[in-house]
Amino acid sequence: MNLQYPPLGPVMPEIFMTALALILLLADLIIKKKEALSAISIIGVAIVAYTMIGSSGVTFGGMYISDGYSSFFKIIFFINVVISILISIKYIAVERVNFGEYYSLIIVSTLGMMIMASAADLIVLYLGLELMALSTYILAGFIRHDIKSNEAALKYFLLGAFSSAFLLYGISIIYGLTGTTDIKAIALTISEKGLTGNLALSLSMVLFAVAFGFKIAAVPFHMWAPDAYEGAPTSITAFMSVGPKAAGFAVLGRVFMIAFANIKIEWASVLIPLAILSMGVGNIVALAQTNIKRMLAYSSIAHAGYALLGLIAANNEGLASMMNYMFIYAFMNLGAFAVIIMLRTEGFRGDSINDYEGLAKKHPLLAALMLIFMFSLTGLPPTAGFIGKLYVFISAINAGYTWLVIVAVVFSAISAYFYLRIVMYMYMREPKVEVEVSKSGTLGVALGVTTVAVLSIGVYPKCLVDLAKAALSGF
Amino acid sequence: MNTLPYPILSTIIFLPVVGAIVLLIISRSQETLLKWIALIFAVATFLLSLPLFTNFDKTTYKMQFVERHDWIPAWNIEYFLGVDGISVLLVLLTTVSSILCILISWNAIKIKVKEFYISILLTCGAIAGVFCSVDLFLFYIFWEAMLIPMYLIIGVWGGPNRIYATIKFILYTLVGSVLMLVGIIYLYLIAGRTFDILELTTKTYAYNVQFWLFWAFFSAFAVKVPMFPVHTWLPDAHTEAPTAGSVILAAILIKMGAYGFLRFSIPLFPDATKAMVPVMLTLSVIAIIYAALVCLIQKDLKRLIAYSSVSHMGFITLGIFALNSQGIEGGILQMINHGVVTGALFMCVGVIYDRTHSRQIADYGGLATHMPIYAAFFMVFTLAAVGLPGTNGFIGEFLTLLGGFTKSKLAGVLACTGVIIGAAYMLWLYQQVFFMRVNQKVIGLPDMDLREMVALAPLIILVFWIGVYPVPFLDFMHPSVEHLLERVNSTGLAQEVNIAKVIMEVIR
Repeated sequence: MNLQYPPLGPVMPEIFMTALALILLLADLIIKKKEALSAISIIGVAIVAYTMIGSSGVTFGGMYISDGYSSFFKIIFFINVVISILISIKYIAVERVNFGEYYSLIIVSTLGMMIMASAADLIVLYLGLELMALSTYILAGFIRHDIKSNEAALKYFLLGAFSSAFLLYGISIIYGLTGTTDIKAIALTISEKGLTGNLALSLSMVLFAVAFGFKIAAVPFHMWAPDAYEGAPTSITAFMSVGPKAAGFAVLGRVFMIAFANIKIEWASVLIPLAILSMGVGNIVALAQTNIKRMLAYSSIAHAGYALLGLIAANNEGLASMMNYMFIYAFMNLGAFAVIIMLRTEGFRGDSINDYEGLAKKHPLLAALMLIFMFSLTGLPPTAGFIGKLYVFISAINAGYTWLVIVAVVFSAISAYFYLRIVMYMYMREPKVEVEVSKSGTLGVALGVTTVAVLSIGVYPKCLVDLAKAALSGF
Repeated sequence: MNTLPYPILSTIIFLPVVGAIVLLIISRSQETLLKWIALIFAVATFLLSLPLFTNFDKTTYKMQFVERHDWIPAWNIEYFLGVDGISVLLVLLTTVSSILCILISWNAIKIKVKEFYISILLTCGAIAGVFCSVDLFLFYIFWEAMLIPMYLIIGVWGGPNRIYATIKFILYTLVGSVLMLVGIIYLYLIAGRTFDILELTTKTYAYNVQFWLFWAFFSAFAVKVPMFPVHTWLPDAHTEAPTAGSVILAAILIKMGAYGFLRFSIPLFPDATKAMVPVMLTLSVIAIIYAALVCLIQKDLKRLIAYSSVSHMGFITLGIFALNSQGIEGGILQMINHGVVTGALFMCVGVIYDRTHSRQIADYGGLATHMPIYAAFFMVFTLAAVGLPGTNGFIGEFLTLLGGFTKSKLAGVLACTGVIIGAAYMLWLYQQVFFMRVNQKVIGLPDMDLREMVALAPLIILVFWIGVYPVPFLDFMHPSVEHLLERVNSTGLAQEVNIAKVIMEVIR
């Protein structure tokens, strides 16, 4: 028997990432000072990022692909995991959950996202999704002594399991129809057999939309998000507001743009209501929130709606704009969460919006940074948020969805109210309680990186736009 | 091209930003130093902007002092700056206003001093950017970026009801602006992916496209002007803003809207503009008369002047949408005049507010006996606002009314009643505050000090300079306005040009 090894080049980053997770588990047994584990993780992720260079190619009989598209998303995941770790170190000590498994899980979850981005086969996709999701469920409930955290994990788990079932159902229908789970082959079979217009195909597409809708927290599949975001440790809220969402968009893009390329009109008509509802419910319900983590949960729902516009455009430009949006969203959202984490100190939760009253008086720098992130989330120039929105809007209008963009900008104007309310509390109210902030070097680094990124992408987006475009060559 | 040894427009925009960064690194306890540095940067910006006045070539409509660099090649966006006859005076007005804002706030601002001057400098830089941009994308960046510091200026240092006022201000402006953004993107795509205004204005678009885009842009500009019926944010914002904020609002910020009509709406969508003239004239006349009538019943000094702003801006839009050279030139000149006069009036109110902390007209009376110098200054600006011949207000109002009259007799006649009511409320205000029985509260108030006089003196000079000899200012505009009108209507122009010439001779 002639056993042939598949080429391992394309999957090298994932191999290193797995090794890193295992090393962290082992190191946890030996190392007493858990902060060292964070250093190992960050160095490890840097090495993994390095192995990504030149990893492009297809392996495992076409089940696994490493291309520009997946690499772009992997960059987002690396940024997400590194910044999440940077903001965690002090925070999990304050929450008294400073365990080594935290770092291992966060790395495994990122590994799942990487597999999702690179999946060229629905089974691999499912594997990656479950790996990501299961680790995130545990992380959401990581503060074991806090009932809210438990609630978050359980809700996230139940609804997540539900969505996984939808996904499996969708995969099985598509397998029944086409006899394959390979994403490219599905598209081929659909056009060869003339399955366009087949009801079962449409049903399976809808099931995919439901499952991915859960991951990106699009309305009406967003129910888990506010509770999970509020209850989870803040660092994990930051992590899961960016990572799983970006991964969801990655698979959404690949499956819908390639496998369902022939039924673009059908899936666009499914995604359009999702986008409108996400923007509408996200922005309007956010107006009424009193907890900042909850508010950002609704805001993240709304942002999923904006990013969906890029996908609805259903062309490479739209895809590039969606990738661009996720990249920018990662920085501004992580930055905002970094500020929220600073307010959490021993004996002070600091996640109520009232806690921000008069913050500018005592901590002017922190307030100024929060101001930048809030304006970026609103989408005002010269911040990156504006560039992200602009690109998405350009591609949507170019694809003929002017009315949809009008809806989007109106909701985006509404969103100004709740983002700027934070600014108003910080600058225009007098402080009622003495708010101490927890300062640490790593938090400072995270804030510095996100602020610089938000402002520099806002002023000079050329590099990022070019990168997103280049990532799509040959997609 | 720019022949100066430095990129003048970039300097005007970014020197205040550099100033803001310098302020950022200075300790907040050094309040005097902070103020002086802000002032030095504002004065330096103004001095460096003077070549715009002296070196401007008044014989061409082309963009001057042009700076052009690639910015985001993937979207065909350029860093493209330039000024022409329409914008050059507004840029100068911006650089002057920033100095005055800093001077007038010297003692009035006591909390968060550092942030205040940073916000003022950033606002002025961004507004200068709005007037200098020749790339639609760049324009939009500055247009929106200006909101951030302005939001803080009103919200942090404003009066008791400041939070309501600032949120109203930002929501009104933002809704208008984002609709314009959709219009901009749409225009960008149908024009073959370019943001270059000069290129965009040479193309022709189908009428129904023009129609929708006109309204999309209108939503942004009308809110800024503000035109009836979207003017309601202005009285609140003006009333609650600190003096410097009111001055920025009155002098330059609301000019952005009128400027937008001239730079974008009219040349980009000439057919839609022509079709919409009746609507625009109606809205202008309503604004003139309605706001003037509202002024008559105001009890609050700043609110009265704010409503008079709405009325005066009605004259400007009337002139602009008359679509003839007198109207447009009058409109541009009236933009400068209004900036000078209303800015000055708000500064005057600021002077007295610093002393008494009251804006109620009822709290004053007989001020002329206790603060004679102040009364003299206020008198000049009151008369300029009324439009007395010899002051700048007369020239601007006269030209806009003439333009309006040429376009529509009814609109001209109705607008003239606005002038009469304008005289009524301004003189009533002056009488209530400065004459009548001496109010106990004003006894013993110190008269204006040197700093306040220095801040107001340049405006007095401008009032009389433009009022007596407006030609140097009007000369800036001729070629650009002619060019604009050529774009709007190639027919029926000759006659109106003749009328314009006759009027110019009359003025001379």
